[in-house]
Amino acid sequence: MTVGLWQNWVLPGIWITLQLTVYSAALATAVAFGVGIARTHRLKTVRFLAGLYTEVFRGTSALVLMFWLFFVMPQLVGWSLVPMWAAVLALGLSYGAYGAEIVRGALGAVAPAQREAGVALSFTPWQRLRLILLPQAVPEMIPPFCNLLIELLKGTALVSLLGIGDVSFAAYLVRLATQDSAQIYGITLVIYFVIAFALTRGMKALERRAKAGVGKAPAAMGVGGGTA
Amino acid sequence: MSTSSMTSAAAAQPDAWDWAAVSDFMPYFWDGVLTTLQVLALGSLISFTLGLVWALALRAPSRFVRWPVGMLTEFIRNTPLLVQLFFLFFVLPEWGIQFSALTTGIVAIGLHYSTYTAQVYRAGIDGVPTGQWEAARALSLPYHRTWTAVILPQAVRRVVPALGNYVIAMLKDTPLLAGIGVLELLQRARLQATDTFQYTEALTVVGIAFILIAYPSSLLIRSLERRLVH
Repeated sequence: MTVGLWQNWVLPGIWITLQLTVYSAALATAVAFGVGIARTHRLKTVRFLAGLYTEVFRGTSALVLMFWLFFVMPQLVGWSLVPMWAAVLALGLSYGAYGAEIVRGALGAVAPAQREAGVALSFTPWQRLRLILLPQAVPEMIPPFCNLLIELLKGTALVSLLGIGDVSFAAYLVRLATQDSAQIYGITLVIYFVIAFALTRGMKALERRAKAGVGKAPAAMGVGGGTA
Repeated sequence: MSTSSMTSAAAAQPDAWDWAAVSDFMPYFWDGVLTTLQVLALGSLISFTLGLVWALALRAPSRFVRWPVGMLTEFIRNTPLLVQLFFLFFVLPEWGIQFSALTTGIVAIGLHYSTYTAQVYRAGIDGVPTGQWEAARALSLPYHRTWTAVILPQAVRRVVPALGNYVIAMLKDTPLLAGIGVLELLQRARLQATDTFQYTEALTVVGIAFILIAYPSSLLIRSLERRLVH
């Protein structure tokens, strides 16, 4: 493959894929925490709405959702989205629903005595969540979130079907220019694999740090509690 | 108000839902459902069979079998199905292997998900208590009988719900086949909408169809899980 093709299409494509992954992952994480925490709320209506969200968004295909946001939204409500944001919204909302289940599972796995201890100390529900439940649940969430992030990275390839210039779309353009499918698609697969591998390594390092942080937390809280 | 501003206001007004467009789309919709179910059935069959082959190969005594299979499954699992689909669709003909788009799609989806089902089988096999292996050895059962009569029947029972989850995941990935022109649900909707400019009806019907298939299926899997695993 010539240098021009790399510079014009493939490298910008990798950059767009990374940007898409970061934006969608940020949205998916926000949705995951919002909906996941709502699923453990004491109000039944909040739990029901959060449950409905996860079932609907886990039930449909991210690609159908992306097409719906891009083609239907302008016709139905008159809001036009640029392809990039339609893709970020579709990926973020869709993978956020999977993330919500991870958050719910991790919060549910914290020992009930921890929650009761918070109640005994007259913590508000928000304080219990922020000071007791989340610090213990977050390290447990990291490995499944790592898998979700890899799925999300792979999911960004869908955006090439909307003509967004990510690495998959770049591969399509290079194939048209060079008529050499084996080389460009082989390289594209390797690019995704390398990014996924780097993400896994990064998340493993984060997991180690988070676990080490949890080990220190009770002592730090104990000191704080004593002086207060 | 001038005529031109009235026209632009009418253009900005979102279109109302048109039931006639839904009924026009219905015949294509059912054809799409059939294709989607065909991809799902054959893709599942390939992924279940090949996944078991990978899982057994990953436990093979020789590292010359374990290592390449491990690398291959890891590579397939960490790369997008859509790019694999394009790879198979555009590269195989260059190597003299010609499949239809539908066959390529079925093979790609089956191959991709076989790497996930391999992990499921592996967990199922690991979950069989060690005593069962020891009992098989105590009874001097040959290697293949240990697998077919003792280990696999117990492992498969445990993995059925997890395999079911992957069938739902596969269902939601079938729209990717639209990328190579397979006339599944999304592609039918897209073609219909391109003809009539009524994207709302066709794409909404397809979205709802996915929820209507996926949600009862996930309920069924949950009840299966309760019955088989617990």
